[in-house]
Amino acid sequence: MTYTQTQDSLTGGVPDQGEVLRVLEPDGSRVPDATLDPWVSDLSPHELRALHRDMVLTRRLDAEGVALQRQGQLALWAPCRGQEAVQVGTAHALAPGDFVFPSYREHGVLLGRGAQPADYVLAWRGEEHSAYDHTTINAAPPQIIIGAQSLHATGWAMGAQRDGSTDVAVAYYGDGATSQGDVNEAMVFASSFRAPVVFVCSNNQWAISEPVTVQAKYPIAGRAPGFGIPSLRIDGNDALACVAAMRWALDRARRGEGPSFIEAVTYRMGPHTTSDDPTRYREPAEVEAWAQRDPVERLEAYLRAEGILDDGGLEEVARAADALAAEVRAACIGATTRAPETMFDHVYAEPHGGLERQKAEYVEYLAGFEGEGSR
Amino acid sequence: MTALTLGAAINAGLAKALENDDRVLLMGEDIGKLGGVFRVTDGLQQRFGAQRVVDTPLAEAGIVGTAVGLALRGYRPVVEIQFDGFVYPAFDQIVCQVAKLHYRSNGRIRMPLVIRIPWAGGVGAAEHHSESPEAYFVHTAGLRVVAASNPQDAHVMLQQAVASDDPVIFFEPKRLYHSKGEVDLDAALADAPPMHLARVAREGTDATIVTYGAQVRTALDAALAAEDEGISLEVIDLRSLSPIDMNTVAASVRKTGRVVVTHEAAREAGVGAELVASITEQCFSYLETPPQRVTGHDIPYPPSKLEKHHVPDLDRILFAVDRVLEREEEVLR
Repeated sequence: MTYTQTQDSLTGGVPDQGEVLRVLEPDGSRVPDATLDPWVSDLSPHELRALHRDMVLTRRLDAEGVALQRQGQLALWAPCRGQEAVQVGTAHALAPGDFVFPSYREHGVLLGRGAQPADYVLAWRGEEHSAYDHTTINAAPPQIIIGAQSLHATGWAMGAQRDGSTDVAVAYYGDGATSQGDVNEAMVFASSFRAPVVFVCSNNQWAISEPVTVQAKYPIAGRAPGFGIPSLRIDGNDALACVAAMRWALDRARRGEGPSFIEAVTYRMGPHTTSDDPTRYREPAEVEAWAQRDPVERLEAYLRAEGILDDGGLEEVARAADALAAEVRAACIGATTRAPETMFDHVYAEPHGGLERQKAEYVEYLAGFEGEGSR
Repeated sequence: MTALTLGAAINAGLAKALENDDRVLLMGEDIGKLGGVFRVTDGLQQRFGAQRVVDTPLAEAGIVGTAVGLALRGYRPVVEIQFDGFVYPAFDQIVCQVAKLHYRSNGRIRMPLVIRIPWAGGVGAAEHHSESPEAYFVHTAGLRVVAASNPQDAHVMLQQAVASDDPVIFFEPKRLYHSKGEVDLDAALADAPPMHLARVAREGTDATIVTYGAQVRTALDAALAAEDEGISLEVIDLRSLSPIDMNTVAASVRKTGRVVVTHEAAREAGVGAELVASITEQCFSYLETPPQRVTGHDIPYPPSKLEKHHVPDLDRILFAVDRVLEREEEVLR
């Protein structure tokens, strides 16, 4: 039970209905799936509402990030619209002791780990390289180098295994990363050492302007078994499928069965980053087709049909989303740039003579401007 | 004191590090049962188990990258890169991840990682087995780079590197692996000179030779030969390439007024270039003659039958000494 996609169907852009595992159809109707069903049968209305709420919050946070960039408040933003289900769904399945190694696009994962408003924007604004405390939210700094974090997750998992704990590491990356050596080396190490790590590949169809067909002539989930790692290919726009697949993988890891691989087939609705222009490389019809599979609307339709969510509930969630956006905006606009001499700090954990000399020289240079107003 | 080869001295240092801290673990290709291709980790897996001395898949980025994750989890990994020329596949993990995580996280993440690299030439090895990549790492902020030149230093500096909360690139001169020296195995680590300090390997008054690694031995040989001609050479063993202990270097240059820098790595933008620039900045008025560099050529490491023409030898060093002593014409006549 894994993937069933053929090579030909990969070239179509939008996968067939039957190629991925799902329990929610695009219209929100519930369909049975023998693999996924056992992992989501116990989800309570409360948990389902929380899942929906975090997806809406992620979407609002993302919209705010784009707006702040357009207003010149952020230097850059990597939109995650369309990928809320895989990010929030998988993050919801985690235990507090698990540790995530995100890429730069995983805003919904960070939300699930408890990131604070400032944590989302300070790096994109250029104030910090990573604003959040990794120990507070059990998340490594967001990774820019494609796929490098897959090895860190594997190593962390090897450590967790040595410690005799049931903590699991999760590496998040996109389809483009699967072309990288690091991602493949991570699978070798994870498999060889039976490391409790989950690889979550958000196949959002595009690595900047390169379609997944340039990277993969075979379903990405199909590669993992070759490393001895079981995989699932799921509908990444189906939040319940994402929760289920992640629970499956986490359970395997906690039981000492080693790594798992999840390919979540989804779509990056926006640009790669705010500097990108996707109209140069993809067709409006493709984007429109994926808009019909929207993950937030899909879960909403399901929850409404089940009587778990009503207009009142939706309004409440919308208010929470607005509040988060306002906090993010305030954290962004209220950010203060650190004193220049602090850029020399934390290069080393222990004193480094050469750098200390350089810092002293620069501090002395800056002191020469004192009293001349702003530099 | 015990007479040990440099390789055995490192082995003893690794054993102490494993003994003293159960968060220390060794990782690398062939380091377990085989004891490493140079036998530097000989017997350690037998003694400490396969969980502490880990034979890894043949993937350098994998070795370093998983060590990053282990460090994040609180371990202190010591990884072995089998040969100098094999470090390049791990280069991204070293310069983008290992070196920067402390900075990126505002000091919240520590990377107490040691990357051991059997290093440089002179052993008649195949291609990619004799390289001197130190300048790449010296140029990267966040890394400490050290090079041992003798068994005692190798033994102590290895343990200091493991104890450091910073990532350390630890260069082991492979052509000295089998050379013996006295090692004090019982000395307390706290009493040893810190690894960032240079060592005056030989005192002299006429000129200073600054070097590191296996070239220290060549420089000492040159100094001995020069002594026969009545020339007194001071030899500085840098030990640490990042940071460079400029205090010790500058004190020597101010004393002698003449300086030769030698290393096996290529010349352009190498450690020697940094040394000469810093010496010129800090000691210009003390210099009697322009500093000289004696280095490997700006070529890929040559086939081993030609390596004796690439690795600076005693004669090339003495030739440069003649230049800084302005004896060049005299010699040529």
